Amino acid sequence: MTVPTPTLLRIAGLTKRFGAFTAVDDVSLDLAPGEFVCLLGPSGCGKSTLLRLVAGFEAPTSGTIHLGADDLAALPAHRRPVNMMFQSYVLFPHLSVGRNVGYGLKGLGFGRGAIAERIATLLRLVRLEGFEARLPETLSGGQRQRVALARALAREPRVLLLDEPLGALDRALREETQGELRALQRRLGTSFVVVTHDAGEAMTMADRIGVMRGGRLVQIGTPADLYERPADRFVAALLGDVNLVDGRIAGRGEGAHRVEAGFGPFDVATSDRAWAEGEAVVVALRPERIDLAQADPATRLSGTVADRTYLGDRIRYGVRLSDGTLIRVMRPAASAFVPGDTVAVDIDPRAAAILPP
Amino acid sequence: MTPRPRLLRLLPVLPFLWLGAFFLLPVLITLKISLSEPATAQPPYLPVLDWSTGPQGWAHFLEALDFANYETLANDSLYRDAALSSLSLAAVATLILALVGTPIAHAMARAPAKVQPVLVALVIVPFWTSFLIRIYAWIAILKPEGLLSAGLMRLGLVDRPLEILGTQAAVLVGLTYAYLPFLVLPLYAVMAKADPRLREAAADLGASPTRVFWTVTLPLARHGLVAGALLCFIPMVGEFIVPDLLGGSDTLMLGRVLWSEFFSNRDWPLASAVAILLLVIVVGPIVVFREAETRRGEAAR
Repeated sequence: MTVPTPTLLRIAGLTKRFGAFTAVDDVSLDLAPGEFVCLLGPSGCGKSTLLRLVAGFEAPTSGTIHLGADDLAALPAHRRPVNMMFQSYVLFPHLSVGRNVGYGLKGLGFGRGAIAERIATLLRLVRLEGFEARLPETLSGGQRQRVALARALAREPRVLLLDEPLGALDRALREETQGELRALQRRLGTSFVVVTHDAGEAMTMADRIGVMRGGRLVQIGTPADLYERPADRFVAALLGDVNLVDGRIAGRGEGAHRVEAGFGPFDVATSDRAWAEGEAVVVALRPERIDLAQADPATRLSGTVADRTYLGDRIRYGVRLSDGTLIRVMRPAASAFVPGDTVAVDIDPRAAAILPP
Repeated sequence: MTPRPRLLRLLPVLPFLWLGAFFLLPVLITLKISLSEPATAQPPYLPVLDWSTGPQGWAHFLEALDFANYETLANDSLYRDAALSSLSLAAVATLILALVGTPIAHAMARAPAKVQPVLVALVIVPFWTSFLIRIYAWIAILKPEGLLSAGLMRLGLVDRPLEILGTQAAVLVGLTYAYLPFLVLPLYAVMAKADPRLREAAADLGASPTRVFWTVTLPLARHGLVAGALLCFIPMVGEFIVPDLLGGSDTLMLGRVLWSEFFSNRDWPLASAVAILLLVIVVGPIVVFREAETRRGEAAR
């Protein structure tokens, strides 16, 4: 079904311990050429350490890192054909913008003229023409971010590692830069591995997202995979708003599981995993995938609108179900239920996911 | 309202009062003595200002001051040679200190965080022993029948005792030894503060450890190196104990000249003139250097 893609970067069984603390725990990850992968997780989940292992600033406790056929772990940092854009940029404060960008071009066999030309090209790429002679301290946060990007791209790395590349920018600039970064990556065809703690940022930019927690890679997949079929409640809650409902498998039908929750039974489309009857589970329900309708006696599930929040483009309802469970439901702004209304709650079997408790 | 804030407002003035009382005033007194002439009296110079003589006496006093001692300094080649020799010895010693101290400071800054306080303590530990005793120890090491010669002869590297004691080489050894902490500590302080990720960024961009040192570590520690070098250079120009104990009779340094003018010849005015000369040749270049640094820093902005 899937076309086998060549692997550019292959991380296998990678583990890094600092004393008794395991920062990266048995992580395996393949990166295709030209792929944009985001490593997403809360601070301290090991995502930055994973990046530092690939860059060569930390030595793995066990496991392997290969770039193509080369064993990266055997090379010191300055010999690895990967580059890193550091969190908060770490520009050389004593060097001009031009010399920061050109720092990595020494020793590649370029002449002086070729280096100057390449610096000019890179600065044009990040829209910083004419800033060559400025010192980093005279630049704004957004400009520094672009200098750091140009510096990291100078050696045309096969894989670019970016540690919270947008973390130090304010909100408006961050959203603008997300698109730019993605467009730039497409244009250059360089593989990007971006570390971020911002799920929205990861969803916007990444081909695939790897969710990390406690040093482990919990799940990796396309944004849609992770959103629709999260591996556990941690991943489900990390990517957007979600209702987590406790239940028990009541039966298995054609292509679906019947789940019995406190407020009644409902169907959930079967994913790759089969669940045993009677097993305790959690069902993840996305608020925008739940439909509300006028109550009619034929509906299986009904509830009472408890609150209503107008969000401009949408309206968020709190709906109290028969057993007292409060679920959040997101509907278009045109919907006109008011608190106190009795409503029929329709759960799309394909829009729910069964998770381990 | 309450008297306390007013007292607090006086606080910033205190350092200036201190400097005025214990630095500026003594320098002015020295300057005055340098403009006097020696006399067989108590104090051994003339004129002496007598406040009770009134304005006329004060005018007499001012008339009696002249620059005769400075003319002596300018005309007698002894003083010029001593000044040049002091400056060049101090400059060479500063260079050696930079070459020896920079790797030490670098290694200290790169040592595990837990070990660093121990290393700093080890650098400071010699200060627990008197400076004089430590220089005497060097005599024991450097003298022809001393530790160094005996050791080298035992190893078969030399066949007769080295003639080091009493030469400029011994003075350089002594100066380097005595002033090393003053170079290492400020340099270490700056190097330890540098963001280690800057070195990582340089390595990430393909720089070998050598290139990282020359293009990132050292340029970023420049201020520490300059501060340390000045901290060593300034007192070394006027150093007296090391050249007196380790140097030979031909080791001419201003500190020694000053000492002999003051104590042997009891020529306070000439000794004061030498002291003022020392102050000018040491402080002058530093003021110029600082000015240039400040202007360069502003130009880069």
